[in-house]
Amino acid sequence: MKHEEVSTKVHQFIRKNFLFDDTAQLGDDQSLLGSGVVDSTGILELISFLEETCRVKFEDSDLVADNFDSINKISAFIMTKLPPGKDGDHAVT
Amino acid sequence: MCGIAGIVNTGDRHEPPSRELLTQMVRAIRHRGPDEYGMYRDRRAGLVHARLSLIDLASGQQPLANEDGTLWIVFNGEIFNYVELRSDLEALGHRFRTHSDTEVIVHAYEAWGNGCFPRFNGQWALALWDSRSHRLVLSRDRIGVRPLYVREHGGRVWFASEVKAIFADPSVPREIDPAGLDQTFTYWTSLAPTTLFKGIEELLPGSIRVYDADGSKHDVVYWRPSYPVTPPGDYPLTLDEATEALAEKLETATRLRMLRADVPVGSYLSGGLDSSLTARMGRKAKEGVFQTYSIRFQDAEYDETEFQRAMAATIDSDHQELVVTRGDIARVFPEVIRHTERPVLRTAPAPLYLLSRLVRESGIKAVLTGEGADEMLAGYDIFREAEIRQFWSREPASAARPKLFERLYPYLARSPGQAKGMALEFWRQGLDRAGEPGFSHAPRWRTTSQLKRFFSPDFRSAVESHPPADVLSDLPPEFGKWDTLARAQYLEVVTLLSGYLISSQGDRMLMANSVEGRFPFLDAEVMEFCNGLPAQYKLAGLDEKFILKRVARGLVPEKIIHRPKQPYRAPDAVSFVEKGAPAYVEEILSESALREAGIFDARAARGLYAKCQMRAGGSANDIAFSNSDNMGIVGLLSTQLVHSQFIRGDGIAPGGEILYKTLIDRVSIQQLQGTS
Repeated sequence: MKHEEVSTKVHQFIRKNFLFDDTAQLGDDQSLLGSGVVDSTGILELISFLEETCRVKFEDSDLVADNFDSINKISAFIMTKLPPGKDGDHAVT
Repeated sequence: MCGIAGIVNTGDRHEPPSRELLTQMVRAIRHRGPDEYGMYRDRRAGLVHARLSLIDLASGQQPLANEDGTLWIVFNGEIFNYVELRSDLEALGHRFRTHSDTEVIVHAYEAWGNGCFPRFNGQWALALWDSRSHRLVLSRDRIGVRPLYVREHGGRVWFASEVKAIFADPSVPREIDPAGLDQTFTYWTSLAPTTLFKGIEELLPGSIRVYDADGSKHDVVYWRPSYPVTPPGDYPLTLDEATEALAEKLETATRLRMLRADVPVGSYLSGGLDSSLTARMGRKAKEGVFQTYSIRFQDAEYDETEFQRAMAATIDSDHQELVVTRGDIARVFPEVIRHTERPVLRTAPAPLYLLSRLVRESGIKAVLTGEGADEMLAGYDIFREAEIRQFWSREPASAARPKLFERLYPYLARSPGQAKGMALEFWRQGLDRAGEPGFSHAPRWRTTSQLKRFFSPDFRSAVESHPPADVLSDLPPEFGKWDTLARAQYLEVVTLLSGYLISSQGDRMLMANSVEGRFPFLDAEVMEFCNGLPAQYKLAGLDEKFILKRVARGLVPEKIIHRPKQPYRAPDAVSFVEKGAPAYVEEILSESALREAGIFDARAARGLYAKCQMRAGGSANDIAFSNSDNMGIVGLLSTQLVHSQFIRGDGIAPGGEILYKTLIDRVSIQQLQGTS
């Protein structure tokens, strides 16, 4: 799974589950908590989605705002959790 | 007590208000006062009154006039210091026919004009009609316990306790005001004078409005919350002295509310400190049986039974409980919204609607509650959050300062990663704006404003073309000199307390079942005293309601004094999306209903509804909905209900025959024929 792929999935999930609008504007670096798109319980919804979709497992210590606060941060963080791919495509950003 | 309404011709309009129309108006609010009805009419004005008899049952009928029948009043509420005012007025030569507080108002207005209102200690909404000078005076109590709405249209002024009485006149247009909804989706309430309805004004709490014969009007604000601008060191009382003084003022306020009634007064018991103390003082004020009432929840997370029963046992009250389920909440919600007449973001009013019905069925017409203590004495988390954020803002890089949030919310300390990082990110927002007026409330307003993402594009442009008033643009001049706590208290009082807690969750839920609420913490002298206290007597470090806990020692069980504050909540979104939810929910959130109202983007609203239904279909009992989704479902549903009940309909319950006990009609048939 590539950074862009994760990014697209997260985009779709946020649009469908938090914005309820497929065409909503959502910047890759926009703070999800800061702009109010997702609240603190919503982040937990997002985390379960990531665990299921990207087949990753988060430790308690992973669950800090800095790892999940924008689509770019999420995608980059997921890359560090995935086993290294053949083409090393997790080494993004 | 009571509901009031009326019509006054201003300027050139000549035909007198019709009796039929006035009767329709009083019929619309008959739940506020089913004991007796009264009407006064002359060629320019009509006043109607629905009475809930609490004081001077035999002779307190309204409308009521001065000695020569030139000054008429309709009045909803209580003036608790009427006995003392009456002595003052008798000393000035005034003579009284009745033993009611209503007559005291008429004489006080004759003696002191608009200067009478600041002398009143009470909760009121009233209209005075001077039939000689053709002047109409409207007034509301300091904090807005009793509601009053006004509409000007085509040379007439309508006023009423509830909007539905104005809508009883089919000539009054009914339309949602986008500004009122935009404010509600920021502050949890519209800000008076704006309401949910275009052209309908809410009279500002603590104000007087005068309409003169030529149709001109002017508003006078006689009271706003005010806090010290002097250094805390200048406060004259020690903590012990202040504790004693507060105890005495609260006892007096409670005694007045127990004894100034010719019917028994009961009390609510929530299980918290405020209502426990109020009930204890109420019990002490009067001999005999003392009725107390509590809400219990089937959902354990909201239930406070243990503490309610402990207090009831302490004061040996005749205690009644009502168990409320999610199903009950969903079932009564449309009727709840017919009474709130505005959207709400939580279901918390619904159990209170059911509780007041129990009170009424048990034969009680008035209850004490602890409402106001949290605002006057700094009980809410929002005040403590503001203090921590203020402290943190001075060293934004500090890792230690935000740890104070763990003292506020112990669960943060227990869950190292998950909640904490997210929560801190939430509170970090706006940290650089610590000196600005809305600092304390910015996180709440920002979260609530996310609901606006559901607005349809047309509705959004309607909001943008007439931007609604901002609470921060109308602050008292001395606001900037107040400390952090006082600023936060002011904002909390003028938004959530006035517009939601004592209205949607207070007056409306009580009066729906003809029960009057009486609030010792909102007594004029208690409020003045609390507002004058230095901040650290109210919030000592992070210890909330510090001085009140000292007052409560020995009066309330220790386990109630020291329990962590539990906000009153009820099951929200889950009530409407779980299996077996009432069919109206699907109807009112259907694509066609959403499109017809035009307020919300149908696809977005349906998306939220579907998401919540799906979540509710998951694990059986403990479904976690995010705060945004809870507010979203309740806010959208209640807005749709407001639209369907008040824009498509007029919000008036069918039936209800009105027979007047008092009827003064100065418009004779001959006169009417003369004008035609």
